[in-house]
Amino acid sequence: MSTLSERILRGMAGEYVDRKVDHAYVHDGTGVLTLEAWKNMGARGISDTAHLHVFFDHIVPANNSTTATLQHELRDFACRSFFRFSDIGGGICHQLMSEGVVLPNEIVIGADSHSCTLGAFGAFATGVGATDMAAIWMTGETWFRVPESTGIHLAGNLVGAAEAKDLALSYVSKLGMDGASYQALEFVGEGAATIPMDDRLTLCNLAVETGAKAGMFYADEMTLHYLAAAGYAAQVQEPEPCSYKQELDFDLSDIVPVIAVPPRVDTVKPVSDLAGLPVDQVFVGTCTNGRYSDLARFARIVKGRKVVVRTIVVPASRVVLQKAINTGVLMDLVEAGCSIGTPGCGPCLGSHMGVISDGEVCLSTANRNFRNRMGVGGEIYLSSVSTAAASALEGEITEPEVS
Amino acid sequence: MQGRGRAVCMGTDIDTDVVIAGRYLRTKDHSIWVAHVFEDLDPSLASRLNGTVIVAGKNFGCGSSREQAAIAIREAGVIAVIAPSFGRIFFRNAINIGLPLIECDITCSEGIPVTFDLTSGWVETGGMKYPSRPLSVRMQEILAAGGLVNYWRTHG
Ligand code: SF4
Repeated sequence: MSTLSERILRGMAGEYVDRKVDHAYVHDGTGVLTLEAWKNMGARGISDTAHLHVFFDHIVPANNSTTATLQHELRDFACRSFFRFSDIGGGICHQLMSEGVVLPNEIVIGADSHSCTLGAFGAFATGVGATDMAAIWMTGETWFRVPESTGIHLAGNLVGAAEAKDLALSYVSKLGMDGASYQALEFVGEGAATIPMDDRLTLCNLAVETGAKAGMFYADEMTLHYLAAAGYAAQVQEPEPCSYKQELDFDLSDIVPVIAVPPRVDTVKPVSDLAGLPVDQVFVGTCTNGRYSDLARFARIVKGRKVVVRTIVVPASRVVLQKAINTGVLMDLVEAGCSIGTPGCGPCLGSHMGVISDGEVCLSTANRNFRNRMGVGGEIYLSSVSTAAASALEGEITEPEVS
Repeated sequence: MQGRGRAVCMGTDIDTDVVIAGRYLRTKDHSIWVAHVFEDLDPSLASRLNGTVIVAGKNFGCGSSREQAAIAIREAGVIAVIAPSFGRIFFRNAINIGLPLIECDITCSEGIPVTFDLTSGWVETGGMKYPSRPLSVRMQEILAAGGLVNYWRTHG
């Protein structure tokens, strides 16, 4: 009787195994270092078993000549080496991997800590550093320590204005920033089956904020339906009774809108406790909450009204942007006064566009609120999309209304 | 793969800031890291590490992902680190730079010999033999080569 990680990695928790990787991806930040490490290893060829991807998402379009030069070299290499390459404007690496690329039971490695996002498909997905990734480029495989797992049992349905993001922040707060170190989180129970794919991605995305190496859902009818739309046939993964290192229970109907208070993701309070706190900037996007359903939810709340603080909306990918154009969501956002960015990470990592100043407060739908991340001396509060929308209309932290 | 050294005992939750403090990171000179390794724990330790096996409590190497921590320990002459558990990123870093880590909960006596085998998975010290998890074949090859970069320089 095994956990999903044990099944996919074909080993018992704690065991060390060597495994072939199905997909390996880097972005413009980590790709540069990976290329360097690959050259140091002797630049001896490229794996023909793993699918290799390079995505430009972190600083796009390039913000200065240094970035441009680094990107030039990696772009050139990626195109010459037959990597799947997505240039500026394509979108965030994790998002692009979720748009009909990753399948259940696959082993997916990204050179980025939020690669755990892809566990939403019943894949084993985790992040590594540049040296590890360079070896995967060459051989298509790597070593793993099969993780122990934490079972997160979900019952019931989300109610009122609560969103998957509120559940995500709630479980991070319960586990703490190292509460699941080296483990995989498994989201199980009848409540898990009710959660749409976009929201599963959000829930798996935050797994790394508890120290976990993976966050996973078992592939079910919902997963198959999503993948069928992308042209793939996959099999349902039935959970087996298995032993978890620790277990948490959530009744989804108990979840309320919450906010993570800087500088820790696990310092989480109900939005009502912070209501009235002035906000200088609202940011909607990232690999956590930049999907079409997020943009549409934000637009529904601000439509026909005006945001009163500067509000930056960055679609997670080109596909998201196209859909937002086709459905009129983009027009609603622009008419409400939002500023729209190139698909990608946007201001999330504070290296260009949307940097905040000393003493400013940004309410963001991202996953990290570490000190100085979006600008020296600025403070980041993390919330759901609905809380961000309600707050953008008031200029202060505001509880979302029940729609 | 076997190894042997004198035990150096350490406590639990030794983080990578304790292994090598942030103030020594802005250099590529490995000898600086070796000179200051574990300085905030015990400034005299650095000069006594050659030929030793560190036996620590749980969660060794937690905290910052700095690869310099593993490099400093290896280059100070430490043969291996034994602990019941390790910080996740430190664990990968250590194997990838050629420092053997052994997950095993053993009783440590300062200065006495510790022998270990990574292939069949055991640690022996003070007349006791403890089982440990064998490393995968690839992990042993990486260690034998002195790390992942060297491994691929000479293989493939
Ligand atoms: S959106 Fe933010 S958290 Fe996600 S990959 Fe980009 S920088 Fe990292």
